[in-house]
Amino acid sequence: MITYALIFAIACYSLALLFNLYRVVKAPGVTDRVLALDTMAINAIAMIVLFGIWEGTALFFEASILYAMTGFVATVSFAKFILRGDIIE
Amino acid sequence: MELFWDILISALLVIGGIFGLVGSFGLVKLPDPMTRLHAPTKAATLGVGAILIASMVWFAVKQGHLTLHELMVTIFIFLTAPITAHFISKANIFRDWPAEKLPKPAGEGDWAVHTADADTSKGELAVDREKNIPHEND
Repeated sequence: MITYALIFAIACYSLALLFNLYRVVKAPGVTDRVLALDTMAINAIAMIVLFGIWEGTALFFEASILYAMTGFVATVSFAKFILRGDIIE
Repeated sequence: MELFWDILISALLVIGGIFGLVGSFGLVKLPDPMTRLHAPTKAATLGVGAILIASMVWFAVKQGHLTLHELMVTIFIFLTAPITAHFISKANIFRDWPAEKLPKPAGEGDWAVHTADADTSKGELAVDREKNIPHEND
């Protein structure tokens, strides 16, 4: 039962990542691209955790923590760059 | 008891998958930038939260040791998601909403986005920036 739920969740997140990729490539404004990249980082964390369950190893948590941190910093610096034209003033 | 944990983990995985999919679908479907902002920052966060709790329960039940890494990731995402949403909406106001189109805020002063020392008080900054050479004064 867990295997089927796992496959379902992985399929959902794969589709979600494809939606995000579409939004990154074809967006009406630059903030939509930034938002799509942020969502992509969050969905990638979910994919890493799901792959960790699939493999049955706790090795991937560090990767997901790193992804969470760098995704946050990347989004904030993108938004700061749009707002001020500079990241660290 | 084994069946109970199986059902719990499967339910959490399915809920997480559906919420992640809905959040990213809202990003594609919703009509304008401010409404698009709220689909992924809420739904994707809940989806990832459910997946991380499922992972925590799975490792506790199947591997027999409780890991708290997932809780750390969950707390980190829950703390940072409002901050990124706030920043992106500020960037969106800055680019797409000139000061005249916004309602006057209560109390003293004007919108913080438009009263920063970069002169944006006239609005339409995106257009001005493309015309002028940016950052002559910096």
